[in-house]
Amino acid sequence: MDAVLSIRDLAVEFKTDTGVTRALVDVGFEVPRGQVTAIVGESGSGKSVTANCIMRLIQPPGRIVGGTIDFVPQGAPPFEIVSLAKRDPRLLELHGGLISMVFQEPMTALSPVYTVGNQVAEAILCHRDVSRRQAWRESAEMFERVGLDDIERRMHMYPFEFSGGMRQRVVIAMALVCHPEVLICDEPTTALDVTIQAEILTLIKDLQRELGNSVIFITHDLGVVAQIADQVVVMYQGRVLEIGTVRQVLKDPAHPYTRGLLAAIPGLAPKGQPLATIASVVRDADIETPHPLRRLADGRRVSLPADG
Amino acid sequence: MRSYLVSRVLGMVPTLAVISVIIFTVIQLPEGDIVSSTLDRLQAQGVDVTEEYVQNLRAQYNLDKPLVLQYFYWAGNFLTGDMGYSYLFSRPVNELVWERLGYTLSITVSALFFTWIVALPIGIYSAVRQYSIGDYIMTSVALVGLATPPFLLALIFMHLGFEWFGVSTGGLFSPEYEDAPWSWGRVADLLAHLWLPMIIVGMGSAAFTMRILRANLLDELNKPYVVTARAKGVRPAKLVLKYPVRIAINPFISNIGLMLPGLVSGEALVSLVMGLPTIGPLLLQSLLNQDMFLAGSLLMWLAILTVVGILLSDLLLAWVDPRIRFE
Repeated sequence: MDAVLSIRDLAVEFKTDTGVTRALVDVGFEVPRGQVTAIVGESGSGKSVTANCIMRLIQPPGRIVGGTIDFVPQGAPPFEIVSLAKRDPRLLELHGGLISMVFQEPMTALSPVYTVGNQVAEAILCHRDVSRRQAWRESAEMFERVGLDDIERRMHMYPFEFSGGMRQRVVIAMALVCHPEVLICDEPTTALDVTIQAEILTLIKDLQRELGNSVIFITHDLGVVAQIADQVVVMYQGRVLEIGTVRQVLKDPAHPYTRGLLAAIPGLAPKGQPLATIASVVRDADIETPHPLRRLADGRRVSLPADG
Repeated sequence: MRSYLVSRVLGMVPTLAVISVIIFTVIQLPEGDIVSSTLDRLQAQGVDVTEEYVQNLRAQYNLDKPLVLQYFYWAGNFLTGDMGYSYLFSRPVNELVWERLGYTLSITVSALFFTWIVALPIGIYSAVRQYSIGDYIMTSVALVGLATPPFLLALIFMHLGFEWFGVSTGGLFSPEYEDAPWSWGRVADLLAHLWLPMIIVGMGSAAFTMRILRANLLDELNKPYVVTARAKGVRPAKLVLKYPVRIAINPFISNIGLMLPGLVSGEALVSLVMGLPTIGPLLLQSLLNQDMFLAGSLLMWLAILTVVGILLSDLLLAWVDPRIRFE
């Protein structure tokens, strides 16, 4: 497999007053080039921490204590991300140039005191030696691609003059304007209402096909996963439980926790019956004990004991 | 933006009118007036005063009219630029006020700039390098600065200046320029004397501003919009200045107007100690002697300065922060 990112044995700790929290424990997976990889899991499972590790955005009290992230871009020599020094110029190139990120909260992801045109064009000016006018023109093209109209006027507007959906389009334009090889979306639709969610998902998928970049899509919504992902990584309590294609994981989950997640989706169940919870499905299956990932016959990997 | 400006300027008129009523009332509150203190003085000197003379004196100052009318005489004259007559100095108030008002403004405005020039970089440094040794040192210095009253600081500086350099640091001019007409040399001499009161008056507000800026900036540093900007590759120094600092300084811009009265009253005490020819000592003297026109005019001017300062800071804030501009 041609992997643009290979994450191995990634471990992150958060030091707090009450002790050390292990946010990631030996996390490893590959991000195939030109595909959409979804990371799913409940709150606190380590999805966002993994994304922040790839971007090297982990702030104290958090700390990467081990592991490697090998990055093989097409337009630049490959390098390892975890060992980059804080002042390494490759880190600035990585941020927004080679990998960029769309965050959950479009309402707060943009500074309220600069126009959106300024903030999108800035991304270009950070990475390429072009004139402001040129950066502005390319930003306008990107605004068009993400489906905004009346662009010249809109670019001179401030974030608070936009709706949530439009802001998220602006944030996506800002993330893609330098044509990064990997786009990380950290729950980009969680803060939006359902119709806008669908639009934004379609947009991300369409742009990914058009631009050919790889996408890491973080979500806790399995419906979203079915709609957008090629590969799925299931995380729980800082560990990877299952990796497989979207069809494998959603149709025939191998890990009891994944089965629990799927069963907990409220469907058109008969009235009067309690909704399934993860606990009610998992029952006495042991999902707390970590096991190394084991490859199954169909190529997917799962964290289960060998004879399970 | 224009309608905002017009409405703000119009809003100043009733504000100042109400302030003038309060000032007038407060000045009238104590027993006695100019005439009674004149009489006291004349009688103490053994001069016989006729009832007619008293009446004339009262009429001259409009003191025989009802209070409300007196207020309108005073306010009306003030509006036409006539601030009345200072009994204490036997000169028109106009002659007394302008120059001193200029010195007061020079000291407070330069103290304001001093506050910013010192507090901004130190506040940013302290927030970005929170809990570093530099931060601890700056925090300690700021706490000392906050806890030291300006007049004490003035005394310390004057003592040190005299002890170490043998110079008298009081006043705003060297003796040779004291009563000289204005010239470049006199301006240079003024600037050479201005920096010390500037530091003394501005020290407290600099310390305060630095502490608040540090706290505001710490709140902003990890906001999502800062992380987003970092994730798009903005260089660290530019990142801090363009994103969180820009938001964190907003409260200070809106506070410029409110800092002025504090700086002026701080300046008054410092001027007394250092013998500076500003309006602070003049105001004190006029209040002690019930010199109503002088005290009223000075208080009125301080009120005008404050209201204009608040207006300017609001306009500045609207210019800096689009969210306010668009309301």
